Amino acid sequence: MSPHVRRQERLAKGVIWMAAVSVMATLVFIILYILSRGLPVISWSFLTEIPRSMGRLGGISSTIVGSLAVTVVAIVIAVPFGIGTAIYLAEYTRESFITKIIRFSAESLAGIPSIVFGLFGFIFFVIFLNLGWSILSGGLTLAFMILPTVIRTSEEAIRGVPYILREVSYSLGANKWQTVSRVVLPSAMRGIVNGVLLSIGRCVAETAAVMLTAGSTLRMPDSLFAPARTMAVHFYILAREGISLENAYGTAALLILVIFAINVGANILLDRFMTKGR
Amino acid sequence: MNEQPGSEQLSQAANKLEIEQINLFYGSFHALRDVSFTIAQQTITAIIGPSGCGKSSLLRLFNRMNDLIPTARVEGSIRLDGVPIYAPDADVIGLRKKVGMVFQKPNVFPMSIYDNIALGPKSHGLHHKGELQQIVERSLQQVALWDEVKDKLSSPSLNLAVEQQQRLCIARTLAVEPDVILMDESCSTLDPGAIARIEELMAELATKYTIIIVTHSMEQALRVSDMAAFMMFDDKKAGCLVEYAPTLQMFTNPKDQRTEDYITGRYG
Repeated sequence: MSPHVRRQERLAKGVIWMAAVSVMATLVFIILYILSRGLPVISWSFLTEIPRSMGRLGGISSTIVGSLAVTVVAIVIAVPFGIGTAIYLAEYTRESFITKIIRFSAESLAGIPSIVFGLFGFIFFVIFLNLGWSILSGGLTLAFMILPTVIRTSEEAIRGVPYILREVSYSLGANKWQTVSRVVLPSAMRGIVNGVLLSIGRCVAETAAVMLTAGSTLRMPDSLFAPARTMAVHFYILAREGISLENAYGTAALLILVIFAINVGANILLDRFMTKGR
Repeated sequence: MNEQPGSEQLSQAANKLEIEQINLFYGSFHALRDVSFTIAQQTITAIIGPSGCGKSSLLRLFNRMNDLIPTARVEGSIRLDGVPIYAPDADVIGLRKKVGMVFQKPNVFPMSIYDNIALGPKSHGLHHKGELQQIVERSLQQVALWDEVKDKLSSPSLNLAVEQQQRLCIARTLAVEPDVILMDESCSTLDPGAIARIEELMAELATKYTIIIVTHSMEQALRVSDMAAFMMFDDKKAGCLVEYAPTLQMFTNPKDQRTEDYITGRYG
């Protein structure tokens, strides 16, 4: 290797290393900054009390329930449809005009800004279907929003399963559905779950789409048809209206912790599922 | 072109598979031309020949794996125990239950050892826990893997060594209780010690099953097989059967010049 080539090599390595480190550093800085300002605020009463006086006092319990509720509704609706579509695209059809349309629709959905989903949800679910500002409206809107993510990640995971495993399954006398359900899906589970986790993260973090569809009441929701404020919306309003920056950071810290916990928890469960599976 | 001597040596045994004038096409490509021969039960038949001459394609006709390739088309007939397997009303699932296949690489499913074996029987509707347990134990014992894994049936099969994985794949095939076992270069990723042990296993299994192997190794064909089928492509690149004879006879006294050239290494 000539000295020139070696210098080039060293330079390239240095630049790439710098890029990776600066990304990591930014991420760590943001997380540490929010946690350092937010963690001192989090206490038992902060988690269990209903917000009082617009959120200046009290805790954030109703917004935790709000976030949980809209996320569960969105996941319960989007995951079966998303995985079903992915199975259809990857296993049950060859590339054709129809698959191109489905994929193009999903890609287009993925590119739409969330506020537009919010507006659509507001017009369609809240007003036209007369569901009002409610957990159901919010959850349905989020379901539409995350559907492309679930479809794409699931389809990729399913396509990533080596073709030979399908052949083995057929050679054992399994039919198509048995092959898909007993061999392909379990083998693709890790990728599928990762997509669902990503979607959960987006649901929990979404602000614009849920504010327009689930409302922003601080009351504790008592049914799917009740309005609710999510943690992300609460954080936005607290900070935007200058109600309590302190509580805003507390909410943000909790959001980060929740998403972190979901990721870690799901991975532990997945490992256990992969090794046991009996 | 197709010779069929040697069957008389094994004439006591009944015919398991009768291949008659088989032609295979992939789209417009003629992959196999006029292949005919007969395989006796409880024998080991080795299909040998240069790369790309259609050995695997022929093997995959026996359990209709070619059905998975949309452009594949088969003409001619193959009978298993006298029943034509390419008849319009043929039961493909039932055929694959009777004709198991072990692939080139150890393709264990990314799940537990137990699940790898139980999957086949479950596909055929068996869900009784006790019976499944028995099948798992019996299949693993047949491939001499039981003692090594009996305490870790629920651990991931991918943790096993390569040879163990291939044994597991054979056990998985045995679990659906086939009559015929197809092995597509199933030793090619193993080290010599493991190959010797798998070959031993093949000889044992041949007392109960009819085994057909595709192999690149002529030594292996000579070591394990009773009958050998030598394939070659013709001038149009279609695979055809050149010679079919008892293995020892083919290797000591080949009838066809092309066979002699190939087994003495003058081919190519």
